[in-house]
Amino acid sequence: MGGLFTPLSWNDAGFILTGIWNTILISGVSILIGTVLGVLIGFARAESNKTVNFLLGSVLDVLRSVPLIIQLILFSTFMGVMGSPLPPFFAGTIVLSLYTMAFMGEVFRGGFESVQNSMIVAARSLGMTYWQALRYVRFPIGLRSVFPAWLGVALSVIKDSALVSVIGYMELLRTSEQLISRTQQPLEILIGVGIFYFIISYPLSMYGRRVERKNAL
Amino acid sequence: MNYEFHWNIVLQKMPELLHGAFVTLHVSVLSMVLGIVIAVFLAIAKMNQVKPFNYVAITWIEIARNTPALFQIYMAYFGLGAFGIHLSPYMAVLSALVFINAGYLAETFRGGFQSIPDAQYNASKSLGMTNVQTYRYIILPQMFRRIYHPMTNQFVWAILMSSLGILVGMNELSGETQRLQSLSFRTLEFFIVTAVLYYIITKFVLLSSALISKRLFRGEI
Repeated sequence: MGGLFTPLSWNDAGFILTGIWNTILISGVSILIGTVLGVLIGFARAESNKTVNFLLGSVLDVLRSVPLIIQLILFSTFMGVMGSPLPPFFAGTIVLSLYTMAFMGEVFRGGFESVQNSMIVAARSLGMTYWQALRYVRFPIGLRSVFPAWLGVALSVIKDSALVSVIGYMELLRTSEQLISRTQQPLEILIGVGIFYFIISYPLSMYGRRVERKNAL
Repeated sequence: MNYEFHWNIVLQKMPELLHGAFVTLHVSVLSMVLGIVIAVFLAIAKMNQVKPFNYVAITWIEIARNTPALFQIYMAYFGLGAFGIHLSPYMAVLSALVFINAGYLAETFRGGFQSIPDAQYNASKSLGMTNVQTYRYIILPQMFRRIYHPMTNQFVWAILMSSLGILVGMNELSGETQRLQSLSFRTLEFFIVTAVLYYIITKFVLLSSALISKRLFRGEI
């Protein structure tokens, strides 16, 4: 062997765990921020008039029509050019959160619009204020109905977080890529990575499908 | 901000970028065509309870849906090397996209097929239609209408995901941009133009799909 390529060993476990932790961290934070922003955007779109809606919609449309990888490179280059380069984690989180927001916004908008107007009228005529109707009627009903769709977007964000590796963030796929170039054992490492994503994503997607079926009945 | 934009160099390289855009469309169209063909078989295999095929279909669909696209591309590009199969970047991206498209579309097709009630099948039988006629005139047209929009979305998704070719050195739009910017160091300009090109491509696809659907489903709900 000559020591150039060393096989995979238990010493690499820590390195891989760092990658796993980083993947969980960046997707968790992005899903959280993206969901909060998505609720706001969704509500704004469900409430506002045609002009505002069109403007908001076209901005979000750009986020959904340009590949995530291009957005990541563009944003991190842009910040560098502006003279304030961001660490990969922050640049990645910002782009991934906005990307999540664009999809979540549509999901929540659908949820809010699914709450019939007559329910709001009923709530208001029971003497609830605008905010009470929002807090006790519109939000709970609108948010609950979109849970499966929300889960679907969240899972796709976990999978898309692999792309943050292009701007240098050490998430799971990038650590595995570095291990591959050292060990020259691509198959074993990649299968391990695949299993990790699968055991996170599969049970949740099954759960989402079950909830969806139950909601439909 | 004291950055001077140099658009000239991008304009000079425009033909190469457009060629990259052509390769992007090429690989995504091909991945859709092959994906649809495989997805039909997967959907049929999953709905029929014939044992080995059933398991193969379920495994394929679940792996395709639950692992990142980048993982599939690495698997095709680096992983298959362990079996002595060395794919070119184009083939690696194509096979990964076909694999994922087939997995997602199989579920779409199954959902579309199952959304048509059995009663319609029985009704057309009792009207004296043959099996082929039933499928040709009753089941498949309705099914097609239901899977049309999911298929369009999958196509757009394939276009966007083919951008991962940048990581394995493919010569589609992103990879070409990466190569050109490394020659000139005008990273920002090149990627801005590429983002605009992607936007135009997706909008073009969505718009033509909407026009086609208007024509196809004229007078229907």
